[in-house]
Amino acid sequence: MKRTDETAAMKPHRLKMQLCLGFGLLTTMLGAHAAEPFASTYQALPSTPTLIRDATVLIGDGTRIDLGDVLLREGRVVEVAAHIEVGADVSVIDAKGRWVTPGIIDVHSHLGVFAQPGVTGHQDGNEMTAAVTPNVWAEHGVNPQDPGFEAALAGGVTSMLVLPGSANLIGGRGVILKNVRAETYQAMKFPGAPHALKMACGENPKRVYGTKGQAPMTRMGNVAGYRQAFADAQAYRREWDKYAAELKVFGKPVSRKNQDKKAEAPQPPKRDLKLDTLVGVLKGEILVHNHCYRADEMATMIDVSKEFGFHIAAFHHAVESYKIADLLAENHICGALWADWWGFKMEAFDGIQENIAIVDRVRDGCAIVHSDSAEGIQRLNQEAGKAMARGNRMGYAITPERALRWLTQNPAQAMGIAAQTGTLKSGKMADVVIWNRDPFSVYALADQVFIDGALVLDRSRPNPKPRSDFMLGAEMEVTP
Amino acid sequence: MKRALLLLLAFAVGTTSAETILIRNARVHTADVAGTIENASVLIADGVIRGVGRDITAPVDARIIDAAGRPLTPGLFAGLNQIGLDEVSLEISTVDSAYVPGATLPSPGIEMRPEFDVTLAFNPESLLIPVARVEGYTFTLLSPQAGAGGTLIAGQGGIATLDGIYRSVPASSRTLFIAMGGGTSVLTGNSRAAQFMLLDQALRETAPVGALRDSDPRVLTANGREALAGFVHGGRVVFSVDRAVDIRRALDFAKRVGMKPVIAGAVEGWKVIDALKAADAAVAIDPLQNLPGSFDQLGATLDNAARLHAAGITLVITQSGDASHNARKNRQSAGNAVAHGLPWEAALAALTANPARVFGVNDRGRIAVGLRADLVLWNADPLEVSSYAERVFIEGREQSTRSRQTELRDRYRLD
Repeated sequence: MKRTDETAAMKPHRLKMQLCLGFGLLTTMLGAHAAEPFASTYQALPSTPTLIRDATVLIGDGTRIDLGDVLLREGRVVEVAAHIEVGADVSVIDAKGRWVTPGIIDVHSHLGVFAQPGVTGHQDGNEMTAAVTPNVWAEHGVNPQDPGFEAALAGGVTSMLVLPGSANLIGGRGVILKNVRAETYQAMKFPGAPHALKMACGENPKRVYGTKGQAPMTRMGNVAGYRQAFADAQAYRREWDKYAAELKVFGKPVSRKNQDKKAEAPQPPKRDLKLDTLVGVLKGEILVHNHCYRADEMATMIDVSKEFGFHIAAFHHAVESYKIADLLAENHICGALWADWWGFKMEAFDGIQENIAIVDRVRDGCAIVHSDSAEGIQRLNQEAGKAMARGNRMGYAITPERALRWLTQNPAQAMGIAAQTGTLKSGKMADVVIWNRDPFSVYALADQVFIDGALVLDRSRPNPKPRSDFMLGAEMEVTP
Repeated sequence: MKRALLLLLAFAVGTTSAETILIRNARVHTADVAGTIENASVLIADGVIRGVGRDITAPVDARIIDAAGRPLTPGLFAGLNQIGLDEVSLEISTVDSAYVPGATLPSPGIEMRPEFDVTLAFNPESLLIPVARVEGYTFTLLSPQAGAGGTLIAGQGGIATLDGIYRSVPASSRTLFIAMGGGTSVLTGNSRAAQFMLLDQALRETAPVGALRDSDPRVLTANGREALAGFVHGGRVVFSVDRAVDIRRALDFAKRVGMKPVIAGAVEGWKVIDALKAADAAVAIDPLQNLPGSFDQLGATLDNAARLHAAGITLVITQSGDASHNARKNRQSAGNAVAHGLPWEAALAALTANPARVFGVNDRGRIAVGLRADLVLWNADPLEVSSYAERVFIEGREQSTRSRQTELRDRYRLD
């Protein structure tokens, strides 16, 4: 109720704001950023300046420093160097050669929207009432009490993109979260991050709607659905552009003097929440994340994106990326991939374990290891280890520092947060993991995890109580 | 050597054309009482392990493979899954893993079919088999599933060998599968209590003639009565169940009716170690299950495997997700159990000797004289994600390193 009231209260100011902001930002205001509905209230936790000394540091951009030091202060990475001198105010952790990486970033998570336990009351990720629902937002389905968040933190995951499911052609907006304990998703919401738009190719939409005798029933119907939605968005954008142009003329003091006093101010078109989102995509403010398995369908989606003038940030799952790795690279599209899932449905039948390594192999290739799983998100490091090993078996000589990009820099880039996180560069968020050993090993565990410089997990000092309210009580030993 | 020959005769192995092979200079993880033997040799002839140790001489006709110190293990267990029964999970025409009369018959009522034998659908040419085999997996437990439209008695399964050869499953591996707990209550009138009601009714029907009047409603066919009766005097029954108290009740039920229980799932197994020990029940678990996927799994923990093993419970490692296509992930799951406290040797046993013994193929699963020569030579630690199987032998035959996936890889690989 409160939020509705606030929206209503803002109405008298809207005209003035539009006049101030002018033509270019008009639809922006009505889209992702205007009035910033559901704004982030994230606050970095208090932190002490920390130096991690003598670590094997993987920067996240493909480079490494052996026996290097990492200085964190006021929530930021200050410096990474062979040796850093610090004052007495700095807490020093002797890594003794242990491995240090940026926090892992999962570009494909459903934590919160399909919260544990998987009861019907927790099914909040697929709005399966229409095939095109860009008006729904994943964050409105996120349950911050999902125990999966804490489990993911133990796997070194500090940020994630929570997406709607893939039942719909256009499933809605995704939200980027920092993996901190909070009662609200707003308090987890990554500050300054763009929204994502989830789209889906292939079998899921045509199965969900086709079996109900609705569109789409075929891949033909899928493509017709995307195109109509974006054609509608183009028309909607023109309406708003026209309104903005009229408003600009109406708003000029000189012309206003000359106007008939009875002349009415131009009326804004009716807002359409679906098309607001799609216009945000057309303007490049909302990044497209496209569930798409088959090579031929990815090529189709690239053509759709060119027809309407938007860019696809990443194809997700994309088990056939290895067939068109060059095409993805040419179009600057990342492949967000599993190490080895395959075969559970027909469009996944050609999955191979070398997919990630081949996508990474081409010039400008952008490979990302993603999870789509509450289990997988806990060990993305191992998934990358598998992919690296399969590449190396083909003679690719992929180094750990290169493979780490699949978990940090590349997802950050696809999510539009690379300026803030994803590498251990000066000024970036101090999202850092200290591993007990080579993080690509099956035996690797995160010893310490920092988010914005705050120590949020210390394996030697486990939290006596679970982070999730749901899990309270479950940790108690039973008496037989 | 004489002893080995005697054992060979005792097992009466049917494979005669396999070659004689000496694998030497291996780090042999026997998964048996001999433990790990460095710089050891394994002699294979007629599909059987004929020698294990440091002082094995090669017969003149033997092919010599130098392992260069790399690890040699028994062939791995692919899990409780539907390899060869489920090709593409969402394509019903390719899936044979569940008998669900409700899917095809109008209002079938309750129709329990313990005589349903899922192994009769096993396709030894399934494309999933080479995918698992090239990763070191040599045997699997064909496991019928209790699907919507079916009943809690899923039917019978058994051990299949992943060499692509058509043969019957060993009679000794025959296993009945019963699904219980919250996930199955939709098949039993929406209450797990009804699971015991229905099982008791079925068992009563197996009693001698006269125990029921002709007019009493029945849930079993004549063949079903005979099949179920076959499991009540020490027959092996897999109860799929997670919640601690449900495990206790399943074990009590098994004891009362004379079944030999194996608990699959067992997410809360660590809470009922006393009952598992008393029943001498093995458990088949997914060591990665640490989240409360349901209200039957609130006690999920990564320590489950280590705790069960420490208490002396026999562990088998399997998977809770897509255990058929992703069977190759089993060794990663085992490695994670090691990272959370399970001894390495115990993890290997949970992938080899334990499933072989628990599921009635004790002539496999270990490296010892007289056993079938199911062996894998690894480039490095078999539980490590960066490792891979270099050579795979099933009953002494070296297996192809090709699968449909390696064909796809080689068509599209970039140099």
